[in-house]
Amino acid sequence: MTSLPETTQRKLGLVIDLDTCVGCHACVIACKGWNTENYGAPLSDQDPYGAAPSGTFLNRVHSYEITPPHGQAQLVHFPKSCLHCEDAPCVTVCPTGASYKRSEDGIVLVNESDCIGCGLCAWACPYGAREMDPTAKVMKKCTLCVDRIYNENLPEEDRTPACVRTCPAGARHFGDLGDPDSDVSQLVAARGGFDLMPDLGTKPVNKYLPPRPKDQWEETDILAPFLEPVAESPQGFLGWLDRALERL
Amino acid sequence: MRHQDIILDLSPKLSDQTAKTTCYMCACRCGINVHLKDGRVAYIEGNRDHPVNKGVLCAKGAAGIMQVTAPSRLRAPLRRVGPRGSGQFEEISWDEALATATAWMAPLRATAPEKLAFFTGRDQSQSLTGWWAQQFGTPNYAAHGGFCSVNMAAAGIYTMGGAFWEFGQPDWERTKLLLLFGVAEDHDSNPIKMGLGKLKERGARVIGINPIRTGYSAVADDWIAITPGTDGLLILSLIHCLLTAGKIDLDYLARYTNAPVLLNEDPSSPDHGLFLRDANGKLLVMDRTTGKPMAFDAAGVKPDLAHGLRRAGITHRPVFQLLAERYLDPSYAPEAVAERCGLSAKRIHALAAELARVAFDEAIEIDQPWTDFRGERHEKMTGRPVAMHAMRGISAHSNGFQIARALHLLQILLGTVETPGGFRFKPPYPKPPEAHPKPHATATPGQPLKGPHLGYPMGPEHLALHPDGSPQRIDKAFSWENPLSAHGLMHMVIANAHAGDPYKIDTLFLYMANMAWNSSMSTGRVIEMLTDKDPETGEYVIPRIIYSDAYSSEMVAYADLILPDTTYLERHDCISLLDRPISEADAAADAIRWPVIEADRDVRGFQSVLIDLGARLGLPGFVTDDGAPAFTDYADYITRHERRPGIGPLMGFRGAGDQTGRGAPNPDQLQRYIDNGGFFTHHIPQAAQYYKPWNTAYQDWAVDLGLYDSPQPYLFNLYLEPLRRFQRAAEGHGDRQPPDHLRDRIRTTMDPLPIWYPPLGDDAQTAQDFPLHALTQRPMAMYHSWGSQNAWLRQIHGHNPLYVPTNIWVAHGFADGDWARLTSPHGSITVPVAHMAALNPNTVWTWNAIGKRKGAWALDPAAPEATKGFLLNHLIHELLPPKGDGHRWSNSDPITGQAAWFDLRVRIEKVSPPPEVQPNFPTLAPPHGGTR
Repeated sequence: MTSLPETTQRKLGLVIDLDTCVGCHACVIACKGWNTENYGAPLSDQDPYGAAPSGTFLNRVHSYEITPPHGQAQLVHFPKSCLHCEDAPCVTVCPTGASYKRSEDGIVLVNESDCIGCGLCAWACPYGAREMDPTAKVMKKCTLCVDRIYNENLPEEDRTPACVRTCPAGARHFGDLGDPDSDVSQLVAARGGFDLMPDLGTKPVNKYLPPRPKDQWEETDILAPFLEPVAESPQGFLGWLDRALERL
Repeated sequence: MRHQDIILDLSPKLSDQTAKTTCYMCACRCGINVHLKDGRVAYIEGNRDHPVNKGVLCAKGAAGIMQVTAPSRLRAPLRRVGPRGSGQFEEISWDEALATATAWMAPLRATAPEKLAFFTGRDQSQSLTGWWAQQFGTPNYAAHGGFCSVNMAAAGIYTMGGAFWEFGQPDWERTKLLLLFGVAEDHDSNPIKMGLGKLKERGARVIGINPIRTGYSAVADDWIAITPGTDGLLILSLIHCLLTAGKIDLDYLARYTNAPVLLNEDPSSPDHGLFLRDANGKLLVMDRTTGKPMAFDAAGVKPDLAHGLRRAGITHRPVFQLLAERYLDPSYAPEAVAERCGLSAKRIHALAAELARVAFDEAIEIDQPWTDFRGERHEKMTGRPVAMHAMRGISAHSNGFQIARALHLLQILLGTVETPGGFRFKPPYPKPPEAHPKPHATATPGQPLKGPHLGYPMGPEHLALHPDGSPQRIDKAFSWENPLSAHGLMHMVIANAHAGDPYKIDTLFLYMANMAWNSSMSTGRVIEMLTDKDPETGEYVIPRIIYSDAYSSEMVAYADLILPDTTYLERHDCISLLDRPISEADAAADAIRWPVIEADRDVRGFQSVLIDLGARLGLPGFVTDDGAPAFTDYADYITRHERRPGIGPLMGFRGAGDQTGRGAPNPDQLQRYIDNGGFFTHHIPQAAQYYKPWNTAYQDWAVDLGLYDSPQPYLFNLYLEPLRRFQRAAEGHGDRQPPDHLRDRIRTTMDPLPIWYPPLGDDAQTAQDFPLHALTQRPMAMYHSWGSQNAWLRQIHGHNPLYVPTNIWVAHGFADGDWARLTSPHGSITVPVAHMAALNPNTVWTWNAIGKRKGAWALDPAAPEATKGFLLNHLIHELLPPKGDGHRWSNSDPITGQAAWFDLRVRIEKVSPPPEVQPNFPTLAPPHGGTR
């Protein structure tokens, strides 16, 4: 069994805005591309042009329909990847120490050379955020692009996870959630960011921003004055027109 | 090992080379950084400096890495050796392929150029392909706009001198309220997502008006689940509400639109319904100061909306008065239209009130002086921060031109076009319809056409008709059947050529258009037409088909000669101001593609092939005076071709490299583009950024850049006089007369003020027998067929269920895993269903173009795209059901010829699951004759 660090110096993670995510899957493919080329074994594809194509992804977007008791149904796009939990059950369950949480920034990683592919961590993760790569036979998971965020070969502005850099709608944010003054912490505070399934006690670092209330048409007619008729008849309308033009 | 001891490489090198070019995974044309390792594409990300995407990139763009290794890539030129559709080909050399094509086409040019029909699909090089066809001399050329979104483009250009997407955009920085009408989720792709992100950040309100709540409508603050085809009715009702309340921008209307222009109101006058003009042909308005008629652009004129003029016994009134009379009518009241729109009257009132509130109570002002075309200086720029965007959802209906016109009328009445917070044009737009070419279609053996094929008719005199009144073009574009078909009608070409209506052709030459599958209506019948033989001669009815594509699409199997294209990372291209550039509202911009990797197959970029064919055929412009090829390839053409002296495909780095817009060809131009990140941007000065059609600073900037040769200020066309000219002809006036069977339709549909009429063919009996509307949308992560061959993207969208709303789902007792038969007046399909609550209750829908034919695109014949994926195309006929009058009535907008995909009506029934979707077609053989 593997132990977690008692504290981490920083809590790097993602803030994902469910009000803005249009469900375009840009983050999914940018992640696939980066992590196929970098960090450990490539993310493989099985039967890519065949009858049952499947592949390893570290980030997937799910769509959920919500039908409130009153009002119209809604569709929420929900990107999901490792939440880099403070109390990560995937780490403590690991029999070899391959699964670990970094003390310097809180990122949860798999040291692939020690991974025996037993899959216990994927069972332990309540979020389904880990995928066993069938070709490499090692466990793959979000690295928070640890090989981008400190990468001295990248310009400063590109030292963010690939999913954040590519997100067209700007629905993904990256930063230190352990620092209450960071942009991401401020955003979480302002928008009521929440933990995914907090009752499990995993203390996820990643946060989600909830969709804003939708379809809030005023039930009372406070907008009625904006449509007050200017006249009761076509002749009256022409009279209004003449007067209105005179005022220009 | 303790994890503290693990040494990670935190700074791996991305690549050994970064090449900056332009994406082509959809039509959006974002800038990309292609990272290469040992010449292999290792990673693709967005280019931060690029004007379109500013660094971001969608799923399609990042998946481009799998496109260049797709097994469906064609390998070499092919000649058909088995029957059409058998997929039996042999590989031939390029010399043989080009000699064959030349031998087929040269005699046609010498005797009957119209026997060659050249149509291009998702072509981003239309200024070259169109010019080639013009030099060949065939009238039969167009790209895919006729089956895409010509209603939006034509209505925009006719009404206000520009349209959405490539020609204009919401003022993302300033708008406070955005209305999105029926937007396909890839037009345009990243800029809309980026824009929505900005609005969300600012807390601006987004309202989605769409039968389906996915994508952009899913994140919209409010969703209006309108019934398909009724957007025009909703919009005209909003106009009714705003007019009634006087919530319109009278100052804007008087100054910048034809609202004050005087209109002949005497039904007995030959000019009834036409404008009053002065001796110089200038539109006349009443001047409010003097009470006298004056030219619309006279210095100091104060155009009046309230008073008319009686001259020579004829009453003239300002356009605005007709407009007010029409839309104040109670038939446009929310209570009168709500049920047909599938909405409550209260919701329409609330939407109108919100438009009025934001436009007038939240108006914004920018401290930026500017001078208008009448010479008047304005100290500020005033904006009404309401923006709107629409694409195929309102466009692909047979009433779509008038719906799009209504939408622009709404924008203009609120004063939101080219003002801060509203809608902004992108150079080379604004450009009024008069400044566009007129159609040219008179073929002369051995000679080029006298001008471009496509254009903007201003009256019956510009139609493409033979002296006997029959259509000059194979697709009947610019005929009385669809007079303003500015993009042609690609969806009619095969059906008309097969029927010999208006005439037979010899060679069909297609580029990048999957006409044997998802780009045709009634796919199965089109396949029959492509393989049909004349019983007397035993020859194919369409004798020769040449096709160019980079991949083994369904269409490949139906061609006789295949000219294999490269992928987008292996080629040159230019995204040109002569064509469809990548400008932004505050800058002109163009771009290139260049070969960032070398093709590993015997393939050539289609544009280079076309230039080669042009030289072999001796087309003017493609050969020098001594008959030698004028250009070595497309790159050479991009650099050296001049459309007008000093004006070429690319605006940047001209002359010695320091001239923009105008300047001599620069042999180093492409390298300069490459060094600059693959694009070039030329910014519009601050004082010229809004009010562009009337702003002298913008007009001067545009002339300087070479967009036009003299300032061209104009008025927006609330009343569209060219439509009235066609109506006058239908009423019996003038030399050019429509056939009698079309007179009524022209009179009723070509109303010069926007109207709404039910989609053609939507009669009471059809509505009763086929109570549901059926739609398609494109997913954001896939672009037409191209995505499904992509190993990563097909894992996101591998098949497409039919989404069914709750009421229908319950009524038919559907459960997960069920299948349904969907029947239209034209045919049936049997497909898997899925439940969706966020859906208009009378609408079913599916994702577009995921369904594949077995064996196509180098996919396993058992691929889910072929066994569970499907097309709605089988249910849609290119003709309306016969009316018993002997005429073939096209399933298109009667004004523009836009394919009416979204007029589709169906009924649904639960059936026991078949082994695979129906209809299904025989498996296509791999195009190279070998194993897959």
